[in-house]
Amino acid sequence: MTPVKKHVTTKINGESVEFLCEPRQSLLEVLRDDLALTGCKEGCNNGNCGACTVVLNGRPVNSCLVLAVEAADASIETVEGIAEQGHLDPVQQCFLEGAALQCGICTPGFIVAAKALLDKNPDPTEAEIRFSLAGNLCRCTGYDKIIRAVQAAAQARLAAQQSS
Amino acid sequence: MSTEVPSRSTPDASDLSPSSAAETKKYKVIGTRPIRHDGADKVTGKARYTSDVLLPNMAYGALVRSPYAHARIVSIDTSEAEAMPGVLATMTSADLPDPWDKVENLGEGCINYAHLSGNVLARGKALYKGHAVAAVCATNAHLAEEAAAKIKVEYEPLPAVTWVLDAMKEDAPLLHDNLVTQALGEESARPSNIGAHIHFEQGDLEAGWAAADVIVEREFKTSSIHQGYIEPHVSIAMWNEDGRLKIWTGTQGSFVVRQQMAELLKIPVSQVLVIPCEIGGGFGGKIAVYEQPVAAVLSRKCGRPVKIAMRRDEVFEATGPTPGSYMRVKLGATKDGKLTAGEAWLAYDAGAFPGGVIGPGCMCVFSCYDIPNAVVDGYDVVANKPKVQAYRAPGSTHAAFACESVIDELALELKIDPLDFRLKNAVQEGSRRVDGPVYPRIGLIETLEAVRDSQHWNSPLEGPNRGRGIACGFWFNAGLQSSVTAAVNPDGTVSMSEGSTDIGGTRASIAMQLAETLGIAATDVQPQVVDTDSIGYTDVTGGSRVTFATGLAAYQAGLDIQKQMVRRAAELWECDVDQVTVEDGVYRYGDAALSFKELAVKLNNAGDPIVGRASVSPQVSTNAFGAHIVDVEVDPETGKVTILRYTAVQDAGKAIHPSYVEGQMQGGAAQGIGWALNEEYFYDDEGVMRNASFLDYRIPTAFDLPMIETIIVEVPNPDHPYGVRGVGEVPIVPPPAALAIAIHRATGCRMHELPMSPPHVWRAMQDR
Amino acid sequence: MVQIFIPAPLRRLTAGQAQVAVVATTLREAIEALEQQCPGIRGELCENDGLAPTLQVAVDNRMTRRMSTPLKADSEIHFLPAIGGG
Ligand code: FES
Ligand code: FES
Repeated sequence: MTPVKKHVTTKINGESVEFLCEPRQSLLEVLRDDLALTGCKEGCNNGNCGACTVVLNGRPVNSCLVLAVEAADASIETVEGIAEQGHLDPVQQCFLEGAALQCGICTPGFIVAAKALLDKNPDPTEAEIRFSLAGNLCRCTGYDKIIRAVQAAAQARLAAQQSS
Repeated sequence: MSTEVPSRSTPDASDLSPSSAAETKKYKVIGTRPIRHDGADKVTGKARYTSDVLLPNMAYGALVRSPYAHARIVSIDTSEAEAMPGVLATMTSADLPDPWDKVENLGEGCINYAHLSGNVLARGKALYKGHAVAAVCATNAHLAEEAAAKIKVEYEPLPAVTWVLDAMKEDAPLLHDNLVTQALGEESARPSNIGAHIHFEQGDLEAGWAAADVIVEREFKTSSIHQGYIEPHVSIAMWNEDGRLKIWTGTQGSFVVRQQMAELLKIPVSQVLVIPCEIGGGFGGKIAVYEQPVAAVLSRKCGRPVKIAMRRDEVFEATGPTPGSYMRVKLGATKDGKLTAGEAWLAYDAGAFPGGVIGPGCMCVFSCYDIPNAVVDGYDVVANKPKVQAYRAPGSTHAAFACESVIDELALELKIDPLDFRLKNAVQEGSRRVDGPVYPRIGLIETLEAVRDSQHWNSPLEGPNRGRGIACGFWFNAGLQSSVTAAVNPDGTVSMSEGSTDIGGTRASIAMQLAETLGIAATDVQPQVVDTDSIGYTDVTGGSRVTFATGLAAYQAGLDIQKQMVRRAAELWECDVDQVTVEDGVYRYGDAALSFKELAVKLNNAGDPIVGRASVSPQVSTNAFGAHIVDVEVDPETGKVTILRYTAVQDAGKAIHPSYVEGQMQGGAAQGIGWALNEEYFYDDEGVMRNASFLDYRIPTAFDLPMIETIIVEVPNPDHPYGVRGVGEVPIVPPPAALAIAIHRATGCRMHELPMSPPHVWRAMQDR
Repeated sequence: MVQIFIPAPLRRLTAGQAQVAVVATTLREAIEALEQQCPGIRGELCENDGLAPTLQVAVDNRMTRRMSTPLKADSEIHFLPAIGGG
């Protein structure tokens, strides 16, 4: 029995978006399967890996734990919205330069979560970075290069701010 | 050799300079740190993993899995599910062709197709909790899950056994009625759960014990561990009306998937096309097929592409893991610190079907030390757990935990510094392994010397409840088959196609070897991982072989291109071929000199397009050794182990892209740390895994680890033009032993069981 | 002479010898020669026309499954379990 669908209007990466969804569908599922925003990944579908991280109303969340209907009238930022006008965000650039990814499945989640951290705390300590990213699992890198990439991104953002 | 100086890779990953000045003279591309070619796709979310592929009219499959660890399947009734609107097809093992009892060597170990088929969908009996029993597909994934719940399976539960020693007992419940113990040339008379007995001996063991002044013997236990890749298994199958089967999957080996599909479905290999998608981690666990044949049969039945994506609990309960083990290791040495004898008795569970990783376990247990007299016995034992798969240096980590712990105790008994003791007995060129072969040029001694000279080893560690440990590790690394083609473009760049799926940045390390060979920049090579119709046979991405073997193919493809370019340059300059010289990518004749790019532009539209190709099958192990140093602090109240500092040292032969070599060392170390301190399959008395989620099966998070320092030692591999050795597997081997030794120094307690989680460490501290 | 190292469980077929010396130029010839001296041993090492799938062979450190692998006059041959990797 397919349940009756709900109509949802929301904002994704600055654009107004409408969709129909079943009440049981998660935001992750709708983003990926219905809106073709496949940048956020599913690693566990129960809130334990962070691969599905998006920013919902300014806060990073596991989109597998958010129902799609809860996104009504919200503002959502996904990994697809992070690079601006052909330019990678400093977080993305530093991940590339610092080789902070191997298989890359965790990378979109880390990038979204790291950018959210730096937006809130522009100059975090190593411990703060590790603590904030503890909800994002990576099985490949041992985190070393991820942490360094976030540190480098923080420095790059601070430098850009000072020069502007 | 002058290049044998260990090059210390800077702990600052943002430093993009080559790893050492001496090497920049020799190489232009190798040893530098370019941005990987697929990097931008991966940081923007554009890279296509299997789950991101949406095909028109796609149906979704779900599996019905056994709730029992061991049960006879009495009946399966799919009628209610089939009657549901939106349900397209169902299947059971009866829909798979009768498997043949054929064992085939797929390069990376062998596969018995009867077992593989029985693992894909249970035949007659479910052999572990989570064993797939039936499947269904429907128009959407939720519906498929609902329909799966409506498939009625009647079971007759049987007693289950999960611990390897229990499974070996005379009166243990038998998983297979006809399993007899294979021991090279001998078969046991009566069936048991022991699939194989491996036995190595060398020298005269009794004489070895007699010559020893000190002998230490200990026993060890480890739990099952999962590879823990973040991407669950996902596949899409589309079986067309013309008989052609297409598979989209994230796999470590697209050709090996093609082979397995052909054998399991009894169709010609030529009818199967495997399209490798980006893969979200594998570590050995994504070589065997699981859901692919099921998706294929469902697709044939319903006429649509069918996608099957496992949930995380299915991944834990039905894929992987690496074995639980029981090990006994005994070593003897003389007063002056020379090992005289060694004996190891290893039992590894294989999961539900025989053929686990005991072979390499036996070959690795004494692989770091020159032990003149040794005997190793190993047992491959089936138990009611998922079929064991490879996990990074399969079998070696268990064995190193046991051997290195005994080495450490022996050194302390002898009052010899444990590092000196290792150096005194380390294998080198000419040492004979217990399984027979003699090592060629290897770098264990250089690795241990790099430990001795490291800043970490020479820094003091002070404070209560703290301790430092070191341990070594070994892995063979494979060669196997690889193919590469490379076409020169009109602008002088090169498009390279290869068949090794890229799990950790190997497109870059392969492209860099081609670029080095041609004398062009890494960015001038555009690498692509292509499907099984588009490149020659290529073995799995595993065995730490890709940068070595596919890199070797890229090097040879480069030489092929160069030969063609020389011939064409000679035509251009109207001279003889042997009058054209090439150096550093510059082609010369008399006063004329053109770079590779300039020449390529000139040759465009004038004669045959230039396409290089090479296929290789290097028949060598590249033999890599690592040694890790770890400082810990143990909380006396809780038994929790905090890692204060960690350094991984390893002989990489030659680091092509040092950042990714460091990354392999760091990632492997982190996995080994998880194995050592926390991870375990927690089984209840019914054989049910009680922690099948990332919440309860806790892999290390960023908050659990410090930075992981790396020291890359470079003892060139004589079997590769650039000296490359395999890198990826060794770094998981030393951590459990190194941590056990560090915990001993911190607490005085010897840990003989993994994981060394807080309850276990706390208990050991209470008992001291 | 080519030295064939006999896996311990098969030494019952070689009267306990751990090594058997043969004259051979390829792996196939070596196994044939071994079979001449120790009847029955080929059946344990080979299947059909090739090596048993559960085995691999080290010839002077080269891993191989090819029966045509060339040998030097003093090559060493070891029979090992086939291994995988992660
Ligand atoms: S998929 Fe959402 S947290 Fe893992
Ligand atoms: S890069 Fe593979 S999980 Fe993080």
